[in-house]
Amino acid sequence: MKNCLWPVLFALMLSACGSMSGPQATVEDRTAAKSAAAKDAKPADAATAASAAGKGGKGVETAALGAEAVTGGAVDAKPLDGGKGGADPRKDPASPLSKRSIFFDFDSFVVKDEYRPILEAHAAYLMAHRDAKVVLQGNTDERGSREYNLALGQKRAEAVRRALAVLGVAETQLEAVSFGEEKPRSEGSTEAAYADNRRVDIVYTDEQ
Amino acid sequence: MTGMVYGAMEIQVIGGAATKIPVALVPFAGPADEPRPALTQIVGDDLVRSGQFRLVETAGAQRPTEPGQVDYKLWRGKGADALVIGQVIALPGGRFDVRFRLIDAVRQVQLAGFSYNVTPDQWRTTAHEIADVVYEKLTGQKGAFNSRIAFVQKRGKSYELRVADADGQNPRTVVRSGEPLISPAFSPDGTRLAYVSFEDKKPVVYVQSLRDGSRYPAAAFKGSNSAPAWAPDGTRLAVVLTRDEASQIYLVNTDGSGATRLTRGGNIDTEPVFSPDGATLYFTSDRGGSPQIYRMPASGGEARRVTFEGNYNVSPAISPDGKYLAYIRREGGRFQVALLDLASGQSRVLTDTAHDESPSFSPNGQTVLYATVLNGRGILATVSVDGKTRARLSESGVDAREPVWGP
Repeated sequence: MKNCLWPVLFALMLSACGSMSGPQATVEDRTAAKSAAAKDAKPADAATAASAAGKGGKGVETAALGAEAVTGGAVDAKPLDGGKGGADPRKDPASPLSKRSIFFDFDSFVVKDEYRPILEAHAAYLMAHRDAKVVLQGNTDERGSREYNLALGQKRAEAVRRALAVLGVAETQLEAVSFGEEKPRSEGSTEAAYADNRRVDIVYTDEQ
Repeated sequence: MTGMVYGAMEIQVIGGAATKIPVALVPFAGPADEPRPALTQIVGDDLVRSGQFRLVETAGAQRPTEPGQVDYKLWRGKGADALVIGQVIALPGGRFDVRFRLIDAVRQVQLAGFSYNVTPDQWRTTAHEIADVVYEKLTGQKGAFNSRIAFVQKRGKSYELRVADADGQNPRTVVRSGEPLISPAFSPDGTRLAYVSFEDKKPVVYVQSLRDGSRYPAAAFKGSNSAPAWAPDGTRLAVVLTRDEASQIYLVNTDGSGATRLTRGGNIDTEPVFSPDGATLYFTSDRGGSPQIYRMPASGGEARRVTFEGNYNVSPAISPDGKYLAYIRREGGRFQVALLDLASGQSRVLTDTAHDESPSFSPNGQTVLYATVLNGRGILATVSVDGKTRARLSESGVDAREPVWGP
């Protein structure tokens, strides 16, 4: 790839010699002007700088335009934390703390009353564990604009965040984010899948 | 309806303008080892996709390479108003000299003639350049074939941000991630892409150089960061942040510094896009109870509602001349590309599909690129602003979405 620049320089030299444009010429030489060659000089630049591109921190890889496709790497290969001793009340199936999802109606961001016991339990836990933090992840079904759905998921997450804040949880323990329609728990275009995806998940950062 | 398949992408044109310019693309004389497909094939696909041209059959006819060789009676007899002739000559070092002329078959004069000294890698670009010349000479409008698009392709659990020629060909992956990528936006000079990545377990806006692949987070505040839009001068981005409350529009410098809040209130304000003069921001808001498109001064200030028909109008895109708004309208459960004449307030639906998303204008304002769903699969498509010509740019076996047309 490094010698990609040479043909471009070569082309520029050729045109500088004026080899194409005689006085009678009805064909205009565009090699050095706004031509294909000039336009494609960018990927040639890219080739020389391509080493600057490459692996990002989190399984993301970037490439210069014009470079060959990069190969994929492992993503999120975090080991499961199975070795922790002691009973975590958040994992007790009998506790409302084990319930982590708040579901919403279509186009709605109103937290329904039925979720109050779950939110009260998480609020109590967070107030008793001031070092614990939760991320409230808003989700939507797949219908409509991706960015608008991102905002709608955010509004749902904010509604849950506010509910926890009202119950006394410190703002520093809460972050509301949205996945919009991008990370559906249920694939498919059915009403059941849509309902499952209109959801806010309460995710403890130490459990991620 | 014509269909042409080569490489991985498919072009289909449905319908078209009532009056099309009949043009004959005479296959260029060239060496046996010239790249494939032939230049005239790529040029022809470009012209047909615009909906403004009809290709005159050239099989079995003479193949002139110089104006003096043209049998005008023959080509007029075939109905050609214009003729493209040319030749390809192999040069030392693997390069090619491409010469072509556009000839008015009625007046029997040359309208344009150019030569290009190119590498095999520049083959398609050269063809798009020729198509741009033909388009501009015969329609009076600038061509947009020699421009690029970006889109996101989902393959299994991998998301790839790709940049391709405007016809969807020659795609190159510039980002690959195991987490979703959305909302790519070209910088005005085409050298950078802003986009939203979920690799940090939440949406973060990145800006990436297309020259060297380097990148940085341009908006990574607490909460969600999304919907980047470049100011026309390339110095700032409009973004949507949730660091203060629900999705609001901010301006940031392209290095991520100096975040300034533009909208206020607990409603959703998102999908900002600048008018071409940079003075106005169009955006989607639910402040009136349903998502509608509004406009406000780019420095902030009072917002005015722009769309009124229906209860779901989102994803604004402004034409390069600032006169038209393309957007997605939901009606009867169908999401379709609509076009609003901002001066008259008249709007119309341009497509007949039901899951359209992400409209954007070609650089010459004549075509809208969008994503839709066909047979359960995400595809990219274009529609002319008169709604009469639609084309599909699709690769089989993958899911394409989030397209945007760049310079």
